[in-house]
Amino acid sequence: MKKWLVSAMLSFALCVIALAAVDPLPFKDRAEEVRFQNLTKQLRCLVCQNESLNDSSAPLAADLRRDVFEQMRAGKSDADIKQWLTARYSDFVLYDPPLRSATWLLWFGPALILLVGGCAVFMTIRRRATQRVDAPTPLAEDDW
Amino acid sequence: MNTRLLPFAGFVLVLALLGFGIWWSSTHDLREVPSPLIGKPAPAFALPLLDEPGRSFGSKELAGQPYLLNVFASWCFACRDEHPILMQEGKKLGIKLVGFDYKDEAADAKRWLAQYGNPYDVVIADLPGDIAIDFGVTGAPETFLVDADGVIRYKYISPITPEVIATQLLPRIAAMKNGVAR
Repeated sequence: MKKWLVSAMLSFALCVIALAAVDPLPFKDRAEEVRFQNLTKQLRCLVCQNESLNDSSAPLAADLRRDVFEQMRAGKSDADIKQWLTARYSDFVLYDPPLRSATWLLWFGPALILLVGGCAVFMTIRRRATQRVDAPTPLAEDDW
Repeated sequence: MNTRLLPFAGFVLVLALLGFGIWWSSTHDLREVPSPLIGKPAPAFALPLLDEPGRSFGSKELAGQPYLLNVFASWCFACRDEHPILMQEGKKLGIKLVGFDYKDEAADAKRWLAQYGNPYDVVIADLPGDIAIDFGVTGAPETFLVDADGVIRYKYISPITPEVIATQLLPRIAAMKNGVAR
């Protein structure tokens, strides 16, 4: 019982800390907040590069969140805001890199590797299949 | 070919890939985000002077002359490594050295400059950090080389070293001076 209480209190404290890490912005309604969260999750924090702009508590991330919010209020579209950011911080701010000649390998590399692996598997299976036909039951000659 | 070696070959391939990843991240600074602003006009700005907050100073005053904009702050540890280099070699550059005090309390910055010396010709303060965002600053120290036309020619992230001055900055400054008639 005591253990349960302690863990409940701990998780509550953690929630409070997590909430306090992100500065509150005066959203006018739920739709605006959802749009903001959705947009900032697609953007990378330049300070802690493994965190999104939505998660990061770095001062620069707070400044950029404020800028994103102000631009949303000014009626800019998500694409406009992303362009505003990439003009300053390059495509690096986008978690989703745009498709262009420099990013072809990034986009199609995994498919390429899958294709090579698939070919290897296919060829191995085919070779084994023909081997079985050519040399039937080599196991029969074994002692056991 | 011995097919039993195939899994081993696969293992070596994965090992090589991971090894390359380790080598890449140890020889490249992951903080060095490529700036899209190189070759483009520096953003227009006007910021209060650190010593005279009532007076503003910016691109209008700097127009027509090349300058080096050095982003620093009293809270920035790496700036302490960079500072003596600027003190020793700043004058060698032969262009205006503009200190850009980033998100810093004026009193702290003044104390810092009094303690370690002031290598700058002029120091401007960006407390809210808005102009820094226009420059694509991700932290301190960062350094921008701007030519007489107000175009950003070069950006360096992390503390400047004598080597960077000799191999990156001085050749570019010399080229800029020779190419006046361009």
